[in-house]
Amino acid sequence: MTATQAPPQHSAVAERDSFACTLRAEWTKFRTVRGWVIGLTVAALVTVLVGLLSAAGSMSSCNGRPCHFRYPVGPGGEAVTDTFYFVHRPLVGNGTITAQVTSLTGLLPTATSGRVRAGQSPQSGMRPGLEPWSKGGLIVKANTTQGSAYAAVMVTGGHGVRMQYDYTQDIAGPPGRPTPASPRWLRLTRAGDMITGYASTDGTHWTEVGTATLPGLPATVQVGLFATSPALTVTTAQGLLGTSGTGGPTLASTAFGQVRLRGAAPAAWTGTQLGTGTVDVAPAMAGGYHQAGDTFRVTGSGDIAPDAPGGAGPGQPLDHTLVGAFAGLIAVVVVATMFVTAEYRRGLIRTTFTASPRRGQVLAAKAIVIAAVSFAAGLVAAAIAIPLNSHVLRANGNYLYPANLLTVARIAAGTAGLLAVAAVLALALGAMLRRSAIAITVVVVAIILPFLVAVTNLLSPGADDWLMRLVPAAGFAVQQAIPNYPQVSNACTVASGCYPLAPWAGFAVLCAWAAAALALAVFLVRRRDA
Amino acid sequence: MTAALRAEWTKLRTSPGTTWLLLAVVALTVAVSAAAAASARCPAAGCGQDPGKISLTGVDLGQAAVAIAAVLAVSTEYSTGMIRTTLAAMPGRVTVLAAKTAVVAALILGAGALAAGGSLLAGWLILPGHGFTRAHGFAPLTLADGAVLRATAGSVLYLALIALLSLGAATAVRDSAVAIGLVLGVLYLLPIVAGVIHNATAQRHLLQAAPMTAGLDIQATTGLRSLPLTPWQGLGVLAAWAAGALLAGGLLLRFRDAG
Repeated sequence: MTATQAPPQHSAVAERDSFACTLRAEWTKFRTVRGWVIGLTVAALVTVLVGLLSAAGSMSSCNGRPCHFRYPVGPGGEAVTDTFYFVHRPLVGNGTITAQVTSLTGLLPTATSGRVRAGQSPQSGMRPGLEPWSKGGLIVKANTTQGSAYAAVMVTGGHGVRMQYDYTQDIAGPPGRPTPASPRWLRLTRAGDMITGYASTDGTHWTEVGTATLPGLPATVQVGLFATSPALTVTTAQGLLGTSGTGGPTLASTAFGQVRLRGAAPAAWTGTQLGTGTVDVAPAMAGGYHQAGDTFRVTGSGDIAPDAPGGAGPGQPLDHTLVGAFAGLIAVVVVATMFVTAEYRRGLIRTTFTASPRRGQVLAAKAIVIAAVSFAAGLVAAAIAIPLNSHVLRANGNYLYPANLLTVARIAAGTAGLLAVAAVLALALGAMLRRSAIAITVVVVAIILPFLVAVTNLLSPGADDWLMRLVPAAGFAVQQAIPNYPQVSNACTVASGCYPLAPWAGFAVLCAWAAAALALAVFLVRRRDA
Repeated sequence: MTAALRAEWTKLRTSPGTTWLLLAVVALTVAVSAAAAASARCPAAGCGQDPGKISLTGVDLGQAAVAIAAVLAVSTEYSTGMIRTTLAAMPGRVTVLAAKTAVVAALILGAGALAAGGSLLAGWLILPGHGFTRAHGFAPLTLADGAVLRATAGSVLYLALIALLSLGAATAVRDSAVAIGLVLGVLYLLPIVAGVIHNATAQRHLLQAAPMTAGLDIQATTGLRSLPLTPWQGLGVLAAWAAGALLAGGLLLRFRDAG
């Protein structure tokens, strides 16, 4: 019997083996070129060092010594502003507070206010007007310590009725501002850990604004009226690195009528000023209150809100420790581009394609190798840069906003991912263009220049936002440490660490660019002569 | 020297990328300038904007193409081995570098003049429609205005100095990828670092020392008092960077084996 040998089959196993071989070949190429290994080491080093230099140069001084700011910390661990005037009574167990709000008025700073001479009132020189987030209303608060849990329903200067709780939460209610002719009724009800806010225009028909759950709220809480008004933020967008500064404190005055507190033993109202002491960093003025029977006028300044960069405070977000990633990115892009262009220049590409004729696989293997080593370099750099540079920044008297472990992990992994995806983009462009200088410039211009344009206020803010949504630079959103809070009057710009896209959405934009470039590169490399 | 100049001119003229890169310098600069002018708004008098600077914004991007052109003028000689022929024919290495510098600078001055002129024209056409009018305190953008002339001519010189900086860097490191990485890093990174430094003095010093921010001070036509440097001082800082890079490149070329 004669055995006929079956023709070799192109099985899936063989294909997988051949891809593993290609992958190993590319890894060997990478690790045996000394310049590339040095290049990636340099990428990790500059990521740490550039951030370290900038941290070492950042110095805040108060009376010639480093400042040591202390912010109140909210229930979620975030830095908060908790400065307002509070007229309160204790409430044991459940109860309801209801009040009519007849007006919300305020004072804004002018060019001359703030320079108060002796004998003048601090309010002299201010002009009437309201900050959009000036607020007054009803509040239930665990105690009168700054940063304690609370829930409040309020009228605002420009955002209608809101229900806010625990600093970061904000629910919109009916629009409009109260006037003596058309007052608003507000109501807060406590039932266990649940606080429900209501609003009404006539005191009989109520709409529920929202419900807050405040876990671990003590049995005895402080319930009452409040007023506060955030400092005016003025953005000067002139020239390079135009900065935002505060235009000074503002004041809000809220008039309440028919104040009723059900469920509490009869007691006198107490007025307490929270904040505006030495620990408070946002400019605010002292408040006060006036009572006549069940009508009150409460005046306050400050804010009850999360603290965010670009606002009144001098704090810095954690992503400032990773500014060196821009330098690391350039080094990674240089190495990744050379990883493919050097093959074309030396003619090695012909050998490569002879050994593994599936050109798409070769590019895929190269992309995997360069992405993996760039990710590793980025992760090592971030793991060193974040703690080291945070330490240096704090030692220099800077306040770093607290970030939870999950955020830190996302920023570190995101930075490493940023380098990895940028490397793939550079590799793809290198394969497409075959000229390293042009490929590197395209990647650097696509990732870094839009960021530079945005932080230096070269374009109008709206144009900046669109730019940072569309171009690969959107990926830097993954480094954003403090979320965008719409209920805070800060200058939320790229310069202050605010991106128009959510962290992973921005990163996805960069990934989409890299994927598209890689697909086009595979298409071109297959069609073209090597 | 004439022979060297002619040789460099022939090499540059006949290499395929040169024309495209010079076209890219002009097209990118004018396009970005026009886009910046189109996105600018001046709703009222005292809006604090600088129409001269806005209409020359494209230089920020155009300089990248200038850097590529200048880097490639040197590094292609090394990647193709042409440098050995060049140096065999003209053993005076400093002469070779000087001739190359002169030819590249002349080409960039020409392209830069077109780029800056086109940008200014775009600003002159677009900006008055966006509130930059006499009523808001802005004179039309013309070269008859001393500050606008300085900004425009200065932008041309800026691009030429960027070319010299890139040429020097490429001569020093010889590899196009590393050279362009260095040049773009020095240009674009320092302003970003300056942006996150929370210290007015350190920030100001960095803006004074960084080649891009210092050099672009030349584009300011309003608010000169708030600049970290005067316009010509700023351009001087960039010139010092360019001179330093050329010196380093020249010394290395003189004393090192040609690879």
